[in-house]
Amino acid sequence: MSAVIDTHAQDHHHGPAKGFTRWLYTTNHKDIGSMYLIFSFAMFLLGGTMAMVIRAELFQPGLQIVEPEFFNQMTTMHGLIMVFGAVMPAFVGLANWMIPMMIGAPDMALPRMNNWSFWLLPAAFLILISTLFMPGGAPNFGWTFYAPLSTTYGPPSTTFFIFAVHIMGVSSIMGAINVIATILNLRAPGMTLMKMPLFVWTWLITAFLLIAVMPVLAGVVTMMLMDINFGTSFFNAAGGGDPVLFQHVFWFFGHPEVYIMILPAFGAVSEIIPAFSRKPLFGYASMVYAVGAIALLSFVVWAHHMFTVGIPLAGELFFMYATMLIAVPTGVKVFNWVATMFRGALSFEAPMLFAVAFVILFTIGGFSGLMLAVAPADFQYHDTYFVVAHFHYVLVPGAIFGIFASAYYWLPKWTGHMYDETLAQTHFWLSFVGMNLAFFPMHFLGLAGMPRRIPDYALQFADFNMVSSIGAFMFGATQLLFLFIVVKCVRGGEKAAAKPWEGAEGLEWTLPSPAPYHTFATPPEIK
Amino acid sequence: MATNQTYYVPEQSKWPIIATVGLATTLYGVASIMVNGSQGESTSGAWITFGIGSLIMAYMLFGWFGTVISESRSGLYSPQMDRSFRWGMSWFIFSEVMFFAAFFGALFYARVFAVPWLGGEGDRGSSNMLWEGFQATWPLLNNPDPEAFPAPEKIIDPWHLPLINTILLVSSSFTVTVAHHALKHENRAKVKIWLAATIALALIFVAVQAYEYFEAYAHLNLTLRSGIYGSTFFMLTGFHGAHVILGTLMLTIMLIRIMKGHFTPEQHFGFEAASWYWHFVDVVWLGLFVFVYVL
Amino acid sequence: MRVHAKRAGALLGASLVSSQAMADWTLNMAPGVTGTSNEIYGLHMTILWICVAIGIVVFGVMFWSIFAHRKSKGSKPAHFHENTVVEILWTIIPFVILVLMCIPATATLMDMYDSEESDIDIKVTGYQWKWKYDYINEEFGYFSNTTTPQDEIYNRVEKNEHYLREVDNPMVVPVDKKIRFLVTANDVIHSWWVPAFGVKKDAIPGFINETWTRIDEPGIYRGQCTELCGRLHGFMPVVVKAVPQDEYDAWVAEQVASAERERELTSKDWTLAELMERGEGVYNTNCAACHQANGEGMPPTFPALKGSRIAIEDMNAHLDVVVNGVSGSPMQAFGEQLSEADLAAVITYERNAWGNDTGEMVTPKEVFDYKNKE
Ligand code: HEA
Ligand code: HEA
Ligand code: HEC
Ligand code: CUA
Ligand SMILES: [Cu+2]
Repeated sequence: MSAVIDTHAQDHHHGPAKGFTRWLYTTNHKDIGSMYLIFSFAMFLLGGTMAMVIRAELFQPGLQIVEPEFFNQMTTMHGLIMVFGAVMPAFVGLANWMIPMMIGAPDMALPRMNNWSFWLLPAAFLILISTLFMPGGAPNFGWTFYAPLSTTYGPPSTTFFIFAVHIMGVSSIMGAINVIATILNLRAPGMTLMKMPLFVWTWLITAFLLIAVMPVLAGVVTMMLMDINFGTSFFNAAGGGDPVLFQHVFWFFGHPEVYIMILPAFGAVSEIIPAFSRKPLFGYASMVYAVGAIALLSFVVWAHHMFTVGIPLAGELFFMYATMLIAVPTGVKVFNWVATMFRGALSFEAPMLFAVAFVILFTIGGFSGLMLAVAPADFQYHDTYFVVAHFHYVLVPGAIFGIFASAYYWLPKWTGHMYDETLAQTHFWLSFVGMNLAFFPMHFLGLAGMPRRIPDYALQFADFNMVSSIGAFMFGATQLLFLFIVVKCVRGGEKAAAKPWEGAEGLEWTLPSPAPYHTFATPPEIK
Repeated sequence: MATNQTYYVPEQSKWPIIATVGLATTLYGVASIMVNGSQGESTSGAWITFGIGSLIMAYMLFGWFGTVISESRSGLYSPQMDRSFRWGMSWFIFSEVMFFAAFFGALFYARVFAVPWLGGEGDRGSSNMLWEGFQATWPLLNNPDPEAFPAPEKIIDPWHLPLINTILLVSSSFTVTVAHHALKHENRAKVKIWLAATIALALIFVAVQAYEYFEAYAHLNLTLRSGIYGSTFFMLTGFHGAHVILGTLMLTIMLIRIMKGHFTPEQHFGFEAASWYWHFVDVVWLGLFVFVYVL
Repeated sequence: MRVHAKRAGALLGASLVSSQAMADWTLNMAPGVTGTSNEIYGLHMTILWICVAIGIVVFGVMFWSIFAHRKSKGSKPAHFHENTVVEILWTIIPFVILVLMCIPATATLMDMYDSEESDIDIKVTGYQWKWKYDYINEEFGYFSNTTTPQDEIYNRVEKNEHYLREVDNPMVVPVDKKIRFLVTANDVIHSWWVPAFGVKKDAIPGFINETWTRIDEPGIYRGQCTELCGRLHGFMPVVVKAVPQDEYDAWVAEQVASAERERELTSKDWTLAELMERGEGVYNTNCAACHQANGEGMPPTFPALKGSRIAIEDMNAHLDVVVNGVSGSPMQAFGEQLSEADLAAVITYERNAWGNDTGEMVTPKEVFDYKNKE
C-alpha cells in the first residue's frame, strides 16, 4: 500500500480507476453513494418480490401458493430486507452523494471506513438471504423477532441471522460516525450549522440516532445468541428472566429506528418543496428544532408497541402521553411545508409530485399513528392490519416516496442528463394509485378485525384483501418503470444544466452536471 | 482532489474489502460452529472457516493500521484530519456506551421488575401462581424453575477479588494519564515505564478476572446457566473483560510505537485514542462494581 | 360494489373462492358488547374525526396553493419565510387538542386496568396452537381447538361461514358478570383477543397478565390469536359463548360431572382397538399440527414419528417424551394437558399407526402409574 502514498502526490485531479477495482477499492464518496443506491434498489426489488408472494397468498382465503411456514419467512424477510436493506442504505447513499457537495467538503471525513461500511452490507445480506436455503428455513418470527419464538423456538438459522444483524449494525454505526464527522468537521468556511441545508441537518440527527440505538440492537441480539447457544435465561421466566425484556430492549432500538427511516426523507422534502415553490423554506429554524425534538422524544416512547403486553398502568400512561407529543413537532414540519407552498409559484415536475404526495400521505400515516398511540384504542388496533396500514403509509409514500423524490431531484446532478419527465410522471401516478389501492383498504381490514402475520383469513376479509393485492401488484410492477427511467437517464438524454431546477438553492447546484469525480478540493467560501 | 494542505483523501484502498471478507468469514464460521455443534454435526469445517476468517482479519488489521501509521508519519494528516479522527473515536466510544447500556438495562429490568413479579409482588405479581415456592431475592439464589436453571450457591464477594480489580483498573487509568503527560513533555523513558505499568496492571486484572470465573464455575455454581443472575453477571463482566483485552492490545501497540520513536508531543492521536478507550473501560468497570457486585 | 369485486376476482382467475363467500365491505370498527368496547369505540371515533378535521384544514390550504399558486397560472412567489405568531399558534393548538384527547383516554385505560372484585376467574393459557381455559374456582378446565377442516383450508371443499373462526369447545361465560382473565402461555407469546369485548392481552410464558370483561348480551363472539406464535398462528381462533346465568350454571355442573367421568376412564379396561380409535382423534387434534397426520413430521424441526426409534422401541422413553416433553424444544409436556386415557390412547396410536406395527399398547392405568412414580 505504500505505493499509494508515494504516487498520490503526483496524480492530483484524476478520475476514477478503471475496472472493477474502482468499485471494490474506492474511497470516493460519489462511487460509494452510487453503490449504496444500487444495492438498496436491488434489495427493494427483492423485498418487494417477497411482498408480492405475501399479497399473492392473501389474494384469496385459503392456502394456495405457499405453506404457513414459508409465509412467515416471507413476512419476516420482507420486513428485514425493506428496513435494513432498502430504506436505510438508500438514505446512506443519498448522504454520501449529497452531504459533501452540500457543505462544500472534498469527500467524507473517513473515506476508507466509508468503503468498509458499504461493503459490509452485501456481506450481511448474503448471510441473511442464505438462511432461506438452510435446513429449517429462514427466520420466521417476524422482523421484530420476539423471544421466545426466536430463541427457544427459532429455526437453526437464527444464529446466522444474529450475526447478519451484527454486521449490518457495524456497517450502520460506521456509516453514521462518518456522516457526523463529515458534518461537524468538513463544512466549508462560513457554513455555520444554522446555514446548513435541512437534508444535512436531518442526517446529522439521524446519524446520532443510529449511533445511539444500533448498539442496543446489537446488545439484544447478543442476548438472544446467549439464550440460544449458551443457556442463559434473559428471556426465560424459568431462570428469572422475562420475554418482555426482549421487547423493551428491541423497541428501545426499534422506535428510533422508524425515525431513522423518515428523518432524511423530511430533509430531502424540505429541499425539494422550496425549489419547486420558488420560495424559501418557511420556518427554517423551527424545522431544525422540530427534528431535534422528534429525535429526543423518540427515545421515550418505545413501549407504545407494547401496550398489550401488560406493562403497569403508570408506564402505559407515560408512553401514551409521550407518543402523542410527537405529533406536535411533526405537525410543525407539515405546517411549514404547506406554508412554503402557500403563495409560491408552484410547478409539478416529478420530484415535486413525489414530495407533495409525501406530505399528504405521510400525514395520513401520522394520523393513524396517533390513533395507535391512544393506548385504550390500541388494544383494538394492535397486531391487526390497521398497524400494517399505518406503517406502510409512513414507509412507502413516506420513506420510499422521499427517496424517489430525491432521486429525480438529484439525478441530473449525478448523471448529467435529464430523466424522461413523461415517464417519471407516469411512474408517479401509477405508484400513487397502486400504493393507495394496496394500503388504504388495510385500514378497513384491521378495523374489521383481521390480525397481521397470517397466511389465511376468515371470509369477511376477502374482498378488501383482493383489492389490496391488485393494488400491490400494480405498485410493484410500476417500480420496474423506475428502473427503466434511471437506466435510461444514466445512459443518455437531454444534457442537464448545472442548475436544472429554477428555484433550487444550495452548493450542489454551483457544480457542473454531472458533478466531477472530485469536488470542492478547495472549500468554497460561504458568505 | 484533496491535497496535503487541505484535507487528505486517501487513494483507493484494498483493506476495507479484505476486512469485509474477513469479518463475514469469521462470523459465518462462528455461527456454523454453534449451529452444527448444537445439532450434533461435525464442526471441523466450521472451525476451518473461522480460522481462515481470523487470519484474514489479522492480516487486514496489520495492513490497514500499518497504512494509517505510515501515512500519519509521512505528515499527510492535517490538524483537520486529526479532528475527524477525534470525532470518529468519540462517537465510537459513545456507541460502546450504548452497547453496555443494553446489558445494564437488562440487569435493572430483571432486578426491579421481572424477579419481583415472579416472586409475587407488584403489577404482575399473580405470575407467582405459576412458580409455586419461588421467592424473589437479589442476588437470586433460587430460580423459578430450579431444575432447568440450578441457581448459584453463592455469589462473588465484592470485597475480595472485585475490590482488588477495582484498585487495579483505577490505578491503570492513573498510570496511563501519567504516561500521556510524559509524552506531551517528550520524556520518552517515562512514557515507556508508565505505559508498561498500565499494561501490567491490565494483565493482572485479566488474570484475576479469569481466576474469579474459575471460582464461580468450579465452586459457586455461578454459571451462564444459573439463571438471570448468572446471565447478567457473565454478560456484563464478560463483555467488559473482552474490552479490557482489546484495550490492552491497543496500549501494547502504542508501547511498541513509542519504542519505535513514533509520535510527537503535538501529534499523538493514536495514543490518545487508546487512552480514551482505556478510561471508558475503567468507567464501565466502576458501574459494574457498583451494580453487579456491590448492590 | 360486491358484484364488481366478484367480477374482478373472476377476471383474475379467482374461481376457487366460494361463490357465497361471506365477504363484505365493513369499513369501521364495531362498537362491541361491553362497556369497555363501547368506550374504545367512542375514543376511536373521536380521534378519527379530529384527524379528519385537521386533515381538511391542512390539505385544504395545500390544495388551495396547488390550484391557485401555480407557476403556470402566472403566480409570482412571495418571499416570506417566517412568522413567529403562526409558528407558536400551530405548536400550541395541536398540543391542546392532544391534551383534550388524553383525558377520556386516561379514564378508559384506568377502567380497563381495574380487574379487582371479579365474579368469575378464568385462566387462559396459550399453547401452540390452541387455548386452554381453566375455571379456577370450579376446578375444571379444557382445551379449545380449531375445527376448520384441512380440506377447507386447502380449497378442496367449500369454506363454511365460520371458516377459521370455529372451535370444538368455546369458552362459556355468563352475561352481566365481571369476569377476570388470567392470561398466560405455555410456550411462546400468544395474544387473546375478542374484538367485541375490547379485550386483548398478550399471553406471556412464565407470567400472568390480568384483564377483565363484563358482557351485555348473550351471543357467540369470535376472535383470534393476535401475536405471531409460529406456523399455525393464523389458525388459533378464540370463541366465547356468553349465556344467561342459569344456563351457565347448568353448563358448569355438566363440566364438573364430565371431568369426573374422565377420571373414571383411567380405571376402565381398554382394548387395543378402543385405544387406537380414541388415539387417532387425540393425535389429530393435539399432535398433527407438528408431526402431521401421516406421522411424517416436518424434519428437521418436527421429527417424524413414523419409524421413529422412540415411537417403536423403548416404551419408557416414549412415555417420557410425551408426558414430560423435551425441554427447550416445541415438544410440550402433554402430561399436564391430556388425561391418562388420552395419553394412553395417543401413545398406543403412535406405536401402531402408519406402519409402526408394534402391536403394543399402554393402558391409562400404566400411564397413571408412570406419572405418579416420578
Ligand atoms: C417511518 C416510519 C414511522 C413513522 C414516521 C411513524 C410515526 C408514528 N408512529 Fe408508527 N410505526 C412504524 C413506523 C413509523 N411510525 C412501524 C414500522 C410500526 C410497526 C412495527 C411493527 O410492529 O412491526 C409502527 C407502529 C406504531 C405503533 C404501535 C402499534 C401497535 O403495534 O399496536 C404506534 C403506537 O403508538 C405508532 C405510533 C406512531 C406515531 C404517534 C407516530 C408519529 O410520529 C406520527 C406523527 C405525525 C402526525 C400526527 C401527522 C402530522 C401532524 C399534524 C398534521 C399535526 C396535527 C395533528 C394532530 C394534533 C392530530 N406506530
Ligand atoms: C420500508 C419498508 C417497507 C416497504 C417499502 C414495504 C413495501 C411493501 N409491503 Fe411491507 N412490511 C414492512 C416494511 C415495508 N414494506 C414491514 C417492516 C413489515 C412487517 C413485517 C413483520 O410483520 O414482521 C411489512 C409487512 C407487510 C405485510 C404484512 C405481512 C403480514 O403481516 O403477514 C404486507 C401485506 O400485504 C406487506 C406488503 C407490502 C407491499 C405490497 C409493499 C410494496 O410497496 C412493495 C413494492 C415493491 C416491489 C413489488 C418490488 C419491485 C418490483 C419487482 C421486483 C418486479 C416484480 C413485480 C411483480 C411480480 C408484480 N408488507
Ligand atoms: C408444537 C409442536 C409439537 C406438538 C404439538 C407435538 N410435538 Fe412431539 N415433538 C415436537 C418436536 C419439536 C420434537 C423433537 C424434540 C427434540 O428431540 O428436540 C418432538 C418429539 C416427539 C417424539 C420423539 C420423536 C423422536 O424420534 O425423537 C414423540 C414420540 C412425540 N414428539 C410425540 C408427540 C405426541 C404424542 C404429541 C401429541 C400428543 C406431540 N408429539 C405433539 C413437536 C411437537
Ligand atoms: Cu397463538 Cu398466535
Ligand atoms: Cu414506534
